Amino acid sequence: MAKAKVKPKAKAEGELSWKEIEIGCFITEPGNATEFRTGAWRSRKPVVDFSKCNKCTLCYYYCPDGCIAKTPEGYFVADLFYCKGCGICAEECPKDAITMVEEEK
Amino acid sequence: MMETMAVHGPGIITEEEPFTPGHRACSGCGEALSVRLAAKAIGNNAIIVNATGCMEVVASPFPHTSWRIPWIHTLFENTAAVASGAEAGLRALVKKGKRPEKNVKVVALAGDGGTSDIGLQALSGALERGHDLVYICLDNEAYMNTGIQRSSATPFGASTTTSPAGRESLGQVTWKKNLPAIAVAHDIPYVATACPSYHRDLMKKVAKALEVKGPAYIHVLSVCPVGWRCATEDTIKVGRLAVRTGVFPLYEVENGQYKLSLTLTKLEPVDSYLKLQGRFRHLTEDTIKIIQERVNREYAKLVEMASKSSPSG
Repeated sequence: MAKAKVKPKAKAEGELSWKEIEIGCFITEPGNATEFRTGAWRSRKPVVDFSKCNKCTLCYYYCPDGCIAKTPEGYFVADLFYCKGCGICAEECPKDAITMVEEEK
Repeated sequence: MMETMAVHGPGIITEEEPFTPGHRACSGCGEALSVRLAAKAIGNNAIIVNATGCMEVVASPFPHTSWRIPWIHTLFENTAAVASGAEAGLRALVKKGKRPEKNVKVVALAGDGGTSDIGLQALSGALERGHDLVYICLDNEAYMNTGIQRSSATPFGASTTTSPAGRESLGQVTWKKNLPAIAVAHDIPYVATACPSYHRDLMKKVAKALEVKGPAYIHVLSVCPVGWRCATEDTIKVGRLAVRTGVFPLYEVENGQYKLSLTLTKLEPVDSYLKLQGRFRHLTEDTIKIIQERVNREYAKLVEMASKSSPSG
């Protein structure tokens, strides 16, 4: 029975066998770091008060992780899968619409 | 395209992220922000040549990559040489008809150590040979990746692990090497300084550098909360103060003609910039006065050069 050739998802270095590695250790999936959850590092998370937000986009530009995306209503919220909780968006928000809240278990 | 975004940077902003989230940069990293904004201006039609350093380590922990565009890792010392080779190779393939003419850009990224210390001769060679590439120096003022060792781009008075402040020492005892001036001395078409706190300015300068025929050099001050010992949320504020105090003035040099990007009628005291950072915590009033005098002198020199340059240049 022929095995379907499935492209392996990017694995952590320890889980990866040498058979799955490309010659020369090339990475063939562009931008596959998006699978990695950097949000696990966070101790505080940004909470947006939409009544204060004037959609100025500054939080979008100043996010080092590029994790802030536009909602269908035109507001900007952080994707907590990536957000590392640095607090830049809350600090730079001209309307003080973003507050950093401690993460709870 | 977002209408609201058009207000903040017409023409060059895309929602696409060629430098994707999921990279392992520290929380509040100014360098990751610089790269992200620069990547937005660079777009998809480019090859990135990345020296060893923070941005190489955080963007490519095997088997992950944060880059959606072709990317090569090089050593510290040969970033500009590899970029020159990539550019010359592309040109040769187009000439032989083996590749369609698509105007692929070559962008070299390196840290301040890879640019001002280790890679300086390769950079000088690439600028002198006139390759059509953009070299972006991400300056966080020390070797942050290996644990905050001083580089020649570390400013006077900064405490690092190899220039520690103590009873007998005030930290780094030499002044920051003026890399943009060295690039200008090569008589290249475009040199600029930028800071991600002025995001529109940074993206405009990268877009402009890509259009220039010939070598272009951009020096980007990137705040490092870990190495500078400042709060992660202050990244943007510290960068803005570096510009507003005149410690890191923003300017462009097109064909030898200086032009200030931001006209500051009055410089803020350097004290406001220094006191936000733990690496300058030990400085006494006298030392701050020495730094203030130096900053004033350097800024006055820059203003004079800008006023001498013809406005059409």
